[in-house]
Amino acid sequence: MTHRTFLPLSLSPPVRDGLGVGLVVGVSGLAFGTTAVSAGLTAAQACALSLLCFTGASQFALVGVVAGGGNVIAGAVGALLLGGRNTLYGLRLAELLGWRGVRRVVAAHGVIDETTAVALAQSGRTDARTGFSVTFATLFLLWNCSTLVGAIATEQIGDTRVFGLDAVGPAIFLALLWPRLREGGRVLLVAVLGAGIAVAATPLLPPGVPVMLAAVAALAGPSGAPTTGGPGSAADPSAASAAPEGRQP
Amino acid sequence: MTLWIAILLTGIGCYLLKYAGLSAPRRLLDHPLVNRFAMTVPVALLAALIALQAIADGRDLVLDVPKLAGLATAVVALLLRAPFLVVILAAAATAAGLRLLGVG
Repeated sequence: MTHRTFLPLSLSPPVRDGLGVGLVVGVSGLAFGTTAVSAGLTAAQACALSLLCFTGASQFALVGVVAGGGNVIAGAVGALLLGGRNTLYGLRLAELLGWRGVRRVVAAHGVIDETTAVALAQSGRTDARTGFSVTFATLFLLWNCSTLVGAIATEQIGDTRVFGLDAVGPAIFLALLWPRLREGGRVLLVAVLGAGIAVAATPLLPPGVPVMLAAVAALAGPSGAPTTGGPGSAADPSAASAAPEGRQP
Repeated sequence: MTLWIAILLTGIGCYLLKYAGLSAPRRLLDHPLVNRFAMTVPVALLAALIALQAIADGRDLVLDVPKLAGLATAVVALLLRAPFLVVILAAAATAAGLRLLGVG
């Protein structure tokens, strides 16, 4: 983890990693609160999304469709498609954490890019559990507080275009996606195809639908070649030197 | 009201997706097609969102110079390996600065 430098070295590795990622990424809830209110959500709706979804990319996706005047149900479907990768993280974490019952029910809410990345970076179940828990707790607290602050501040501003906040949404997605785009190859092909499909379909289909249609691009490219996917690479904010959104959380 | 319903449904759905993974048999992930699709779906969706947020307004394609310049600044910042928040602030500052100068 690249975040340990500004935290006391006396902390154990999982605590240090968890706090570092949680603090850095948690602040980007400000950007979510801002984007949500710019898109036309109320501060309460922005906060509800951060509390209930707690997975950045999905939250930004729903808000992005609302901003484009799209059908909110189509936006919700797009958000759930993006949330699908948390299922895969869960598959990986199930064995590693080995939690059952109530602990599993609570831990499930925290299965996102950042917690997975920190948990997988530890050695042994005890450290993995600690890393997961510290990241989850720090990030959940900060992400929700900073969403509230960002949303309320933006409600006071009025015309958000004056502050360039309309450029913030796409810039966040780009920063989240960047580590994967650097892989080039099939991933880059999928990205270009996805963007192309969405743009081509925009004049023809109701807003929100072109983004869902872009999921087809994920099937592109030569088969059989295993992707280098994984918590650290699937649009992982932590890889973008500041760790988001999706990563945000 | 519809928006609140969408928020609740998305919240419940996102939780269930997480919980499903944490409780599902691990061999599901080993299925090549599941793995392949699931690992690149975020890339396709995020790329589509970037493109549409950059140039789409409803069903219209619109070129907003300050917004696109902001996005271009974000690309430069990412190439320079700037931290996440710096990338975002640079994009917003560029768009805001150009509008202040009367561009777009």
